[in-house]
Amino acid sequence: MSGQRKPAGDTVIRVTGLTNIFGTQHVHENLDIEVRRGEILGVVGGSGTGKSVLMRSIIGLQPFSAGEIEVLGHNTAGLDDAAAKDLRRKWGVLFQDGALFSTLTVAENIQVPMREFFNLPPALMDEISGYKVAMVGLPIEAAPKYPSQLSGGMRKRAGLARALSLDPELLFLDEPTSGLDPISAANFDALIKTLRDTLGLTVFLITHDLDTLYAICDRVAVLGDGKVLKVGTIDELLEFDHPWVQAYFKGPRGRAAHKGHD
Amino acid sequence: MSNAAQLDDVITDGGHRLAISGRLTIKHIGSVVPAFQAMQPDQRPLTIDLGGVVRIDTVGAWMIHRLLRDWQASGASAQIQNASPAAKLLIDEVAANDTSCEIRPAMPNRLLYRLDLIGGSLINAVHTLGNFLAFVGMTLTVAAQTVFERRPLRWNAVVHQMEVVGLNALGIIGLLLFLVGIVVAQQGAVQLRQFGADVFVVNLIGRSTMREMGVLLTAIMVAGRSGSAFAAQIGSMKLGQEIDAMRSIGMSPIEVLVLPRVIAMSVMMVLLAFYGSIMAILGGGLYVWAALAIPPASYAARLQEVVPLHDVYIGLIKAPVFGLAIAITGCFQGMQVSDNAESVGDRTTQAVVQSIFLVVVLDAFFAVFFTAIDFG
Repeated sequence: MSGQRKPAGDTVIRVTGLTNIFGTQHVHENLDIEVRRGEILGVVGGSGTGKSVLMRSIIGLQPFSAGEIEVLGHNTAGLDDAAAKDLRRKWGVLFQDGALFSTLTVAENIQVPMREFFNLPPALMDEISGYKVAMVGLPIEAAPKYPSQLSGGMRKRAGLARALSLDPELLFLDEPTSGLDPISAANFDALIKTLRDTLGLTVFLITHDLDTLYAICDRVAVLGDGKVLKVGTIDELLEFDHPWVQAYFKGPRGRAAHKGHD
Repeated sequence: MSNAAQLDDVITDGGHRLAISGRLTIKHIGSVVPAFQAMQPDQRPLTIDLGGVVRIDTVGAWMIHRLLRDWQASGASAQIQNASPAAKLLIDEVAANDTSCEIRPAMPNRLLYRLDLIGGSLINAVHTLGNFLAFVGMTLTVAAQTVFERRPLRWNAVVHQMEVVGLNALGIIGLLLFLVGIVVAQQGAVQLRQFGADVFVVNLIGRSTMREMGVLLTAIMVAGRSGSAFAAQIGSMKLGQEIDAMRSIGMSPIEVLVLPRVIAMSVMMVLLAFYGSIMAILGGGLYVWAALAIPPASYAARLQEVVPLHDVYIGLIKAPVFGLAIAITGCFQGMQVSDNAESVGDRTTQAVVQSIFLVVVLDAFFAVFFTAIDFG
């Protein structure tokens, strides 16, 4: 759990042979991917390569046609209700634009998982909301506000606070910096890195943002042709000879990001 | 695996020594919260021994930090011992983020709040009425522009709405009005039998249906079915910013969305009201044939004698006005939807309730009106 990392190389997510078919479209075909404990894995790919579908398959929102998914040592297919609930408690998900419950305040949103899984005294839940709000960098006045009263960047941070509500081991982020100005995006990247270091999270990060990849990702997985084309550090990917990967990392934006990072 | 957390407080002359062992995580914290509450500062120094802690997360770190904070605030000394690096890191992290927040917006004085709500609702109602009248005005303006400036009318949309509002409703309205016809005939017959005046049931059915009941019930059904649909469709589009997108392209939402619906419903209400009235008459006729042995031919003949043509005219005049009211109310409420999902449901409900209310009010108005101008 948080802070006590198991030896490096412990696999948190293991996907083998994943196949997702929508109608006649094979989004994933025999896809394998592994996420190691404590790492921030960036997941990139062209539009339509099934990054969000992959994430949704792992967390059980997307039934898949074939393959096996193992999260935190449990096969997600064979779980009974109690075991599934127990597993869900150990991850947090930040959807695009936060997906906050629109009729609850930020602080109440953070408390929803707590109320769902545990029976904590209300005063304690209020205190926990307090430090979670601060931890994600939201001003404290944002806590009693409704999502509609917040800017996009603040909504994402609020969504992150809710994803971290139960101190999960695993964090899924779906394009967290999309729509953020460069300063906010850089701050968000730094926040993820800090939280990973202090809370011992493993992060599955879907992104288009090259700067995020350079700034905080330990490894990057490139999706394409229904599979993972390559997983590795950015330096390894720069050497990888595939047209899309080369265009992505060595195109004008890729080179700018590389230069900016050095 | 149920190594739940445990607190052991040993009090000596040197002060408190609190040994914490087990898993101090959100899953297990519930059982030891009372034990933490029981540790009240009493001027003696406190040492917290974390050597036995197997696991700790931010909630556990928070409980420890809070204990330290409260003891130090009371003037006594408090420190931790044998903390793992991870535990220290978490305790420092929550300490750095120790801020208390409001969970909900602050609630003012109850009485003033109620008065504020009442006042606010009143002001809101007046504003809404103003907005509604403005909306009616805009719709009429666009309609006039379409006719006189020859602006294009979206015929596809009009015809589509006619199908949805009119054609698809034939089944349900037919069935409903047919059954109502039977019920009215039956109830009427029961009463009139006492006077040996069974045959006047035909008068009852004929006069009440074409003029009042047929149109009114059809309008209520259409309001529930299509008025809500208009509000929900337009409301969802508003929520998804489709209306904004339309405006940014230069398309007028009134022209594209509202006008076709208003036209379609007004036209279809005439046809549906007539059709509904006929179905009610048929229902009554069936009952009268089965229970009172009045054959269809006699039934039809008597209807012709008893029901003035003005009744039919009045029914057919009311119908498009009702249709107009329902369509405009539905579209207006849809446009009023604000930024969350709850608002769509709320406005849809309001659309149905308000259109039915408006229809009944208009019905009363027409009753008075036609009497006053001595028409029928």
